Amino acid sequence: MRRAQDLLEGLRSIYPRERILTAPAELAPYESDALTGFRVRPRAVVLPETQDEVIATVRWCFREGVPFVARGSGTSLSGGSLPVEGGIVIALNRLNRILRLDPEERIAVVEPGVPNLEVSRAAAPYGLYYAPDPSSQAVCTIGGNVAFNSGGAHCLKYGMTANHVLGIKAVLADGEVVRFGGESLEGVGPDLVGIFVGSEGLFGIALEITLRLLPRPEAYRTVLAAYRSLEQAGEAVARVVASGVLPGAMEIMDRLSLEAAEAAVGAGYPRDAAAVLIVEVEGEEPEVEAELTHLLEVIRSSGPTEVRIAKDEGERQRIWKGRKGAFSAVGRLSPDYLVQDGVVPRTRLGQALREIERLSAAYGLRVANVFHAGDGNLHPLILYDGRKPGELERAEALAGEILRMCVRLGGSITGEHGVGVEKRKFLPEMFAEADLAVMRRLRRVMDPRGLANPGKMFPPEPVAATVGA
Amino acid sequence: MSPVGELVRPSTVTEVQEIVRERRFVLPRGGGTKPALSTPASETTVLDLSRLSGVLEYDPAEFTFTAWAGTPVREVEDLLTRHGQFLPFDPPFRDAGATLGGTVASGLSGPRRYRYGGVRDFVLGVRFVDGTGAVVRGGGKVVKNAAGFDLPKLMVGSLGQLGVLVELTFKVFPAPRAHATLRVTYARVEEALRGLLRLNTSGFDLEAVDLEPPGILWVRLGGREESLEARTRRLVAFLGGPVEVLRGEEERALWEGVREFSWVPAGHALVKVPVTPRRLAGLEERLARAGALRRYSVGGNCAWVAWPLDLALLHRTLVELGLAGLCVLGPPGRPVLGEWGGEAFARRVRQALDPQGKFGVR
Repeated sequence: MRRAQDLLEGLRSIYPRERILTAPAELAPYESDALTGFRVRPRAVVLPETQDEVIATVRWCFREGVPFVARGSGTSLSGGSLPVEGGIVIALNRLNRILRLDPEERIAVVEPGVPNLEVSRAAAPYGLYYAPDPSSQAVCTIGGNVAFNSGGAHCLKYGMTANHVLGIKAVLADGEVVRFGGESLEGVGPDLVGIFVGSEGLFGIALEITLRLLPRPEAYRTVLAAYRSLEQAGEAVARVVASGVLPGAMEIMDRLSLEAAEAAVGAGYPRDAAAVLIVEVEGEEPEVEAELTHLLEVIRSSGPTEVRIAKDEGERQRIWKGRKGAFSAVGRLSPDYLVQDGVVPRTRLGQALREIERLSAAYGLRVANVFHAGDGNLHPLILYDGRKPGELERAEALAGEILRMCVRLGGSITGEHGVGVEKRKFLPEMFAEADLAVMRRLRRVMDPRGLANPGKMFPPEPVAATVGA
Repeated sequence: MSPVGELVRPSTVTEVQEIVRERRFVLPRGGGTKPALSTPASETTVLDLSRLSGVLEYDPAEFTFTAWAGTPVREVEDLLTRHGQFLPFDPPFRDAGATLGGTVASGLSGPRRYRYGGVRDFVLGVRFVDGTGAVVRGGGKVVKNAAGFDLPKLMVGSLGQLGVLVELTFKVFPAPRAHATLRVTYARVEEALRGLLRLNTSGFDLEAVDLEPPGILWVRLGGREESLEARTRRLVAFLGGPVEVLRGEEERALWEGVREFSWVPAGHALVKVPVTPRRLAGLEERLARAGALRRYSVGGNCAWVAWPLDLALLHRTLVELGLAGLCVLGPPGRPVLGEWGGEAFARRVRQALDPQGKFGVR
């Protein structure tokens, strides 16, 4: 590996001095993403302002054999944008232009550094919005959303990020600039956008992303129901689904997360509930009213202790503020926490929650549950104190057991956070070696030198079946 | 070399693997309802998947099912209907015998793709045999999943060139209880196009918006019976002018006909052209001049063009307009017409999934 000084010389032909960060104090904020347990100091951080600078940087990296990690706001919860030892970080927040917003075609063409919520803000005057809404949507960027196929509360009805990306211009890891997809909802040929979205930065960097916008629903009705047990809330979800309603969102929070959210946001959640179910229906006014009537019947028959309907937009926003702020609120209950992101088939939710409770007792660590119940996407928050020796390791072991349980029940190790560095050792639990071999081949044809975000998604070494070989 | 015109009908995945390993060129076929995509033009083994058929898992409460790729769409839809559910992307050629695998490999969706999303939005999991003969699984069986590369999506529209699909998992939705369709008639196509754009930006929750040149807009509403009347009234008021409302059997049959392409004359090719509402006028002008039959679906995002079998002129037209087309019904050969921009990236993908070019020759 060449010395840092030589490295800078190469980058200086692309960037002015002030947009190459190398001092320890400047690098510190880039050492980790929102998975703060992992930290790596990069050799340098560059701050491109144009697509051409990104392309030039990637080409330079390819020539010099320098690994790179592209990142936006660093909200990844799986260590997906953790720097690589000896590599550089390409920070894309300055590539934050909405290049085109066409209300008649219902599309927005954006650069990767545009924050998710900015797209909806820009589309709002035309009665449109961008549907995927990760909890971090105020800060997380579209580029990061594309890399991790991010989700949010509305995935059951609207799908994940991949369902809302129509076209991409990207620079692949060897410097070739490619375009695929387009501006139409329909396409010809293999769904190349589909394979790029969620590739966790292992193919290259998206430079321009064409997003599909949707008309903002005319009406929303949000129902909050309180239950004496988590299981009852889970049972209510099954009833709603069985009744033929397709809610925009269905979320559950347990006692611990309710307490935390209440303390932080004052959302006005029922104080004595063991669990709260939030269900939202949306669409045309007459349809939503009809659905609400039906929904309330179903919910009232599920044994709630209290049912509330948000009277106005203010009440609705308060309910969602508590839900979206739940992760950070849990920080008040504990010095540290790990958040997991496994998925189970919806009909196994009750079983999964009971198992998490058992594991929590067995490991002696509190677990708060906030989750996208409609999708079976769990978010157990494992509370621990990193200052106590061995507690982080215990929390990680507990998290691992939860992930294995998700796979055992027929689910997935990640619903929306991605694999990153955090869950790479669990990928072989979900996929056989032949599956991983194809994914590795794909990675290799896009990135022959293995420089784009290396060390993410795949376990460090191929899982060879050596037994009996 | 694979024998000319050889047709094999494997009944297990292992047999599919053997065929892929042993034959030089392989072309998978489901129901054969899209002959331009499933007829070999040269020495190729046709791999008929009709024996790999049947639903493997279905729990209505999960909104998902898993089935063999050779399962007819019709069989699945009958099963779903019994539980009040449906495949929201309206798979075309259902009555003609289309299979799940063929629907995914051709990447085709019908009119209700407008509201619910296309086949790409409903494929959750896939098992396929790649060009090396390995069985590969991608995605999963749950409605939300971000683990590993999204191979199920990659298979959508792959035309059998990336692997032989053997098993698929789909997301489904509860079916709307009632429907109404508005038939709006305009004097000229320009007015109909303006009407379409107005609807696209209106915020009404519409299941389908199709334009039948020169001047008919078909607008489909679906939902609960008790609210449908009120919604229809609001929409009629918004549209103004002469509007006819269709309900019941007549309404259902209308969309079935659209989905089966009963309007395409014998001896014509059928070409799907992805487009955008704004670029529709240019395409319409050229197609009208050529005298082609056509129907614009998905709110102006998809043109279906019926064309006499010589496709050279249509190809040139699409090149000039910067559009691509997929020939679905028609002569075998190169099914992609016009200008398709994804080749550089697609070539790399093919290299990874089919390194020996097993699926390359039609």
